[in-house]
Amino acid sequence: MKEGLIGGALFACAAASTLVTVGVVLVLLRETTAFFSEVSIVEFLTGTRWEPLFQDRHFGVLPLLTGSILVAGGAGVIAVPLGLLTAIFLSEYASRRLREILKPVLEVLAGIPTVVYGYFALTFVTPLLRVVFPQTDIFNAASASIVVGIMIIPTVSSLSEDALRAVPSALREGAYGLGATKLEVSTRVVVPAALSGVIASFLLAISRAVGETMAVTIAAGNLANLTLNPLESIQTMTAYIVQASLGDTPQGTLVFRTLFAVAMTLFLITLAMNVLSQWILARYREEYQ
Amino acid sequence: MSVAAGPIGSAESAFDRRRRRMGGVFAVLCAAATLVGVAALGVLLVDVVIDGLPRLDRAFLTSFASRIPERAGVKAALVGSVWTLSLTALIAFPVSVAAAIYLEEYAPRSWVTKAIQTNIANLAGVPSIVYGILGLALFVRTLGFERSILSGALTLSLLIMPVIIMAAQEAIRAVPSTIREAAYGLGATRWQVVSSQVVPMALPGILTGTILALSRAVGETAPLIMVGAVGFIAFTPRGVMDEFTVLPLQIYSWISRPQEEFRRLAAAGIIVLLALLLTMNAVAIILRNRAQRHS
Repeated sequence: MKEGLIGGALFACAAASTLVTVGVVLVLLRETTAFFSEVSIVEFLTGTRWEPLFQDRHFGVLPLLTGSILVAGGAGVIAVPLGLLTAIFLSEYASRRLREILKPVLEVLAGIPTVVYGYFALTFVTPLLRVVFPQTDIFNAASASIVVGIMIIPTVSSLSEDALRAVPSALREGAYGLGATKLEVSTRVVVPAALSGVIASFLLAISRAVGETMAVTIAAGNLANLTLNPLESIQTMTAYIVQASLGDTPQGTLVFRTLFAVAMTLFLITLAMNVLSQWILARYREEYQ
Repeated sequence: MSVAAGPIGSAESAFDRRRRRMGGVFAVLCAAATLVGVAALGVLLVDVVIDGLPRLDRAFLTSFASRIPERAGVKAALVGSVWTLSLTALIAFPVSVAAAIYLEEYAPRSWVTKAIQTNIANLAGVPSIVYGILGLALFVRTLGFERSILSGALTLSLLIMPVIIMAAQEAIRAVPSTIREAAYGLGATRWQVVSSQVVPMALPGILTGTILALSRAVGETAPLIMVGAVGFIAFTPRGVMDEFTVLPLQIYSWISRPQEEFRRLAAAGIIVLLALLLTMNAVAIILRNRAQRHS
C-alpha cells in the first residue's frame, strides 16, 4: 500500500515534465491562433517588414528570421571549425594531462552568463571591429556572431570529442599500420567514423545560437532590418521578444500576441534542429564492439 | 613514423615529405584552434576586471541601485539573486530527484517511460526565453503570482529541472546493482532499497549536478525579464511575493545605458556575479572529489 503510494508520487513527478511541454505548446498555440485570426499567416511568413509598434503596422517575420539566421550562421562559421579542430586536438593530439587541464577551461566558456558575453561584445569586440571596418554600426550582427560563436565552441568541442574518443583504437592502429600520418588518421578515419556524433554536435550548437538571447539583444541591436550585411544593426527573434516584453504590453492586444507568434516560430525551429540531431545520432550511430 | 621511406628505400620521397609537413601544419592548426577558445576566455575576464575592479568596493555591495552612478550598488540584486536561487533550489531539487528515481528505479520498460525520457531530453534544448513566455502566461497571468520572486523561481525551476533530472539519473545509474541485490536479499522493500541505499550513495553526484544547474539559473536573464523582474529596485525582498531584481538583470540594465559610468558599474556587477558562480562551482568540485574518495 505504502509502496504503491510512493511509486505513484514518483511517477507524478516524472510525468510532470511532460506537462511542461504540454504547457509550452498550449500557451504558444492559444495566443498564436488568436494572432493569426487577425494577421494572415501568409503575411507573417512572407512579409518583409516587421513594424508591429508603428501606426502603419506590418507583421512580416522575415527580418527577424534573417537576423537570427545571420547571427547563428556567423556563430556557426566560427564555432564549427574551431570546435571540431579543438575536439581533434583534445582527442588525438593532447596528452592526458593537457586534456584534463584544457577541458574544464573550455567548459567555463559555456558557463559564463550570456549577459557577460553581451558586455564583452559591446565594449571590446565592437570597438575592435570599428577599427577594422569604420562603417560598422555600434550595434551590429557581426559582434553578436563572434561572441555567440565563442560561447558555443564548448558545445561543439566536448560533444565531438566524446564521439571521436568512442572510435575504437583498432581503427587508428590499422591506419597507422598502413603508413598513414596522424593527419590522415584523424581526418580520413577517425572523423568519418564519428561523423554522426560530430554533425549532431554542430546542430545542437547552432540551435543554441538561434535561441541565444541576451548577448544578441545587447550586441546586435533592436532594428528589425532585412539585411545580410553583418556590420549593420539587426534584430533577432529573441531580441524582439525581450524588447516587446520590456515595454508595457497589455494582455490581449495584438502586440502582446506577436510575442507568442515569434516565440512559436523560435520554438519550432530549435525543436526541429534538436530532434534532427537526436535522429542523426540514433540512425547513423556506428556501433563498435 | 620516419621509417615510412620512399620506394627506393634510402631517401624520403617528395610525396612523403609533403605528407609529413602537412601533418605538422595540421597539428599546429588544431593546437591554435584550441588556444583561440582559451585566449577568448582570458581576454574576456581581463577586459571585465580592468573595467570593473576600480569600481568594486564595500559600498558597491551595500548600496541600492541609483540614478547617480557614484552611489549605485548591487545590494537589491545580490539579495534578489540569493532569494530566487534558494526558492528555485527548494522547488526544483525534490521534484527532479523524484523524477530521476522513478525513471531509474521504478519505471517499467514501456513506451510511456520512453516518451517521458525523450521529452526530458527535448526540454533541455528549449531556449530559455520560451520558458520565460510560459512563465509569463502561466505564473504571472493565469495563476496571478504577478511579478514576484515566486513567478521567477518557478520559471527557473522548469528551466533547470531537465538538467538536474539527467544528472541525477546518471548518478543513480552509477550505483552498483550488487548494492540493490544485497538489500533485496535481506528482505528490504523497493522504497527501503532506494531511500536507504541507492539515494545516499548517489547523493554527491546528484548534488553536484544540482549545483551546476543552479549556477546556470543564477546567470539567466531573459526568462526573468519575461516574468517581469525589473532593473531598478531600491529595497530588499521580505517575502516570495515581492517584486525583485537579480544580478544579471541589474547588469543588463546598466549595460543598456549609454554613459561610461554605468558601463563600469556593469563590469563591477559582472565581477560579483562571476565570483558567485565561482563559489558555487568550487562547492560542486569539492563535493565531487569527496564522493570519488569515498567510492
